[in-house]
Amino acid sequence: MTKKEIGLAVLLILVSAITGAINPAFLSLVNMLNMANLIGLFGVFALGEGLVIITGGIDLSLGSMFALLGVVFIDLLTTYEVPWPFALLLVLLGGIGLGAIQGFLITRLKMQPFIVTLCGLLIYRGTARYYTSDSTRGFGYGDEAATLSNIASGNIAGIPNTFIFLVILALILGVLLHRSVYGRWLYAVGKNEEAARFSGINTDFVIATAYIISGGLAGISTVMFVFYTNSVSPSSFGNFYELYAIAAAVLGGCSLRGGEGSILGIVLGTALLQVLQNLVNILGIPNSLNFAVMGSVILIGVLADRQLQSRRQRKMALASVARTAPKATALQEEPGAPRGSAALPTGTGDRG
Amino acid sequence: MVETLLELAGIGVSYPGVRALDNVSLRLQRGEVVGLIGENGAGKSTLMRVLGGVIAPSEGVIRVGETTHPRMTVREATQAGIAFVHQELNLFENLDVAANVFIGREKLTGGGLRLVDNAQMRASVAPLLARLGADFSPDTLVDNLSIAQRQMVEIAKALSIDARVIIMDEPTSSLTISETERLLEVIADLKAHGISVIYISHRLGEIMTCADRVVVLRDGRTVGELARNELSHAAMIRLMIGRDLKALYTPPKRAPQPGGCSIVDLVTTAFPDRQINLSVRRGEIFGLAGLVGAGRTSLARAAFGIDPVLGGEIRIDNEKVAVASPRDAIRQGIYLVPEDRKKSGLVLEMPIRENVTLASLANYARMWLVDGAAERKAAKEQSKSLSIRAPSIDIEAVTLSGGNQQKVVLGKWLSMQPRVMFFDEPTRGIDVGAKSEIYALMRDLADRGVAIVMISSDMEEVIGVSDRVGVMHEGTVSGVLERDQLSEYNVLRLAMGQAVQTTEVVTS
Repeated sequence: MTKKEIGLAVLLILVSAITGAINPAFLSLVNMLNMANLIGLFGVFALGEGLVIITGGIDLSLGSMFALLGVVFIDLLTTYEVPWPFALLLVLLGGIGLGAIQGFLITRLKMQPFIVTLCGLLIYRGTARYYTSDSTRGFGYGDEAATLSNIASGNIAGIPNTFIFLVILALILGVLLHRSVYGRWLYAVGKNEEAARFSGINTDFVIATAYIISGGLAGISTVMFVFYTNSVSPSSFGNFYELYAIAAAVLGGCSLRGGEGSILGIVLGTALLQVLQNLVNILGIPNSLNFAVMGSVILIGVLADRQLQSRRQRKMALASVARTAPKATALQEEPGAPRGSAALPTGTGDRG
Repeated sequence: MVETLLELAGIGVSYPGVRALDNVSLRLQRGEVVGLIGENGAGKSTLMRVLGGVIAPSEGVIRVGETTHPRMTVREATQAGIAFVHQELNLFENLDVAANVFIGREKLTGGGLRLVDNAQMRASVAPLLARLGADFSPDTLVDNLSIAQRQMVEIAKALSIDARVIIMDEPTSSLTISETERLLEVIADLKAHGISVIYISHRLGEIMTCADRVVVLRDGRTVGELARNELSHAAMIRLMIGRDLKALYTPPKRAPQPGGCSIVDLVTTAFPDRQINLSVRRGEIFGLAGLVGAGRTSLARAAFGIDPVLGGEIRIDNEKVAVASPRDAIRQGIYLVPEDRKKSGLVLEMPIRENVTLASLANYARMWLVDGAAERKAAKEQSKSLSIRAPSIDIEAVTLSGGNQQKVVLGKWLSMQPRVMFFDEPTRGIDVGAKSEIYALMRDLADRGVAIVMISSDMEEVIGVSDRVGVMHEGTVSGVLERDQLSEYNVLRLAMGQAVQTTEVVTS
């Protein structure tokens, strides 16, 4: 665990303990399992968003993807009576396909991720609403997909399956990101795409793959959310969910500049967000303040992290000045000498 | 009547450990065109930065008319009527010509509203453009102008502030012949109007055409001045060179072997109308000299698959290799140590270990999972054999000195099997001790049968380290010098696009 993750875990425990002390209902088994379910639901696609953010990109289209894939999924099961394994497969392929299109536009056609996925957000949502004529789709009274419903929204020994899925996926992606060659490439591309390319890494492939994984996880999340709500209203289903994912990733230590973040951090970030939402209810804070609380905590968290980092950098800079002390005094002997980057002899412009 | 407009006297600029300028003096009279020449790094640009107020000199004074300044600020320089036409043009492409001319001192209207008066600015720019014979109007977007036209905008800008001295830094490096002629006409016209010009160029022909006087810099000193009637290519080149080169040369352990890398009729994106031919044998260090912008880096980028190859082919050991991406190049054993190691060579925030294995990580992995122990072992080996000075292989590359960073870049390639290695300015910004270590490493690689191409703008390095030297001039190889033909004079002549005298030239 890195310092960042430990800090986040401590914060999570601290917030839980204080809330529990004020209102013991917070720590009741029912409430804990409810939170675990929500953490599972929101964590799965946050993992994908995290990968995309590590490449230095962003995926704004997730919430709309849920709506589009959701209505298609329900239609496949109810109207077309497709056996559920095929419907599941088609939805997963749909998510992967949408991710692949976005990845292609971003890497091959060199469009900005923000714009590509913003357009995705608008297009998918609009398509979902047109496809259903803006009407809510739900399951009828028959049990079209009882088996799948049990898998997606059931529990094992009380633990919600969504949470178990999150743990399994986090383990797989954790190995991918932190142990595999691909993971190393992902960080390298996020930190310095040019140096990665100069090292023979197929940077386009690495980046596009992140969007594809994110799309695939969005497909899984769609199915879980559909069975959580049992119906899909195309104009509101999944609204703003991409922002939850971005918030969780950033809170979990991902930098929007790319190259930073961890799977554990993203999971802890998601958990903290859900705990915050829950404590708003439990402590009787007006529900309307929900977003404001979330925003404030993220702001303070990122600010504190920034401060700690710059303090560490100052310390390092001081240490290196101490190492090169003789040179520093030589500089002081020349009051006319320029400072900063202009003082570097390599920058005479002649060598351009 | 001779009126001294501007005088630099005894200017010195020191950086820690480097004397960039030493007792440089320069006088400029009204309506005079002074050519300023010197090799890469001779101090021309530093001197002009002093004049523009960007750098404060540690010694000497600047006299403008009657006033004497120990140093100038950018504002004072502008007020004194000194204007620049930069090597890289500093224009805002999204604005029109008039807005660029008046940038930072826009004409205003609307009283307290302080609105920009576009009409008035355009009206006052129009006569300036007419005077320069420009074929575009003040409301044209700079984005739509050619480089030559943009230069006219810069000159119009200089005229609009009533500049008395215009400094042109390599103004013709991207111009066509007819555009260059047009610029030289404009210079003659400026001169006729009593405006002085300092003209910095590597193109001696242009200097011969337009300069009244030529000042030559070498290693930060003024080494000579030539009056108009003394100007000749030979005289200028003779002044530009002439320092003692230290003996850096280590001969190869055995003669170069056949095979290696041949570049046949290669066309790069930088010079789509030129072809490059050269051949580097296994076991030799082939220096690639030339002026900045002669196409050396473009060649390396094309051979390494970064830039597309527009024509011709690359052969290794007489076999044609297809290089469409750096991945292809690496698979063929063609490696590049790039010019900008911080931007292209290293992921600075990654530890040494991860940088060293970045290009070959799959070799230290089983089923795509990184084998930490194997990776550490490889990184440690490289760190040891290159004697990278760092407390551990787990510290970030950003904390290392320039020389050690360059060794990490080398380590990245040496853990694999190089056949051809391009080094682009391998010792730039590296201290003397680390330099000789890098030279020794290159020699060692060559002795192991690698073909080495070393691009360098440092004459001492080119002559001191290379077994043979190819010189590039405007996108092609203008000549190849054997070890016994190597001299600063010959390299410089070829770099300026002239034939080598008294020795046989291998043109290709």
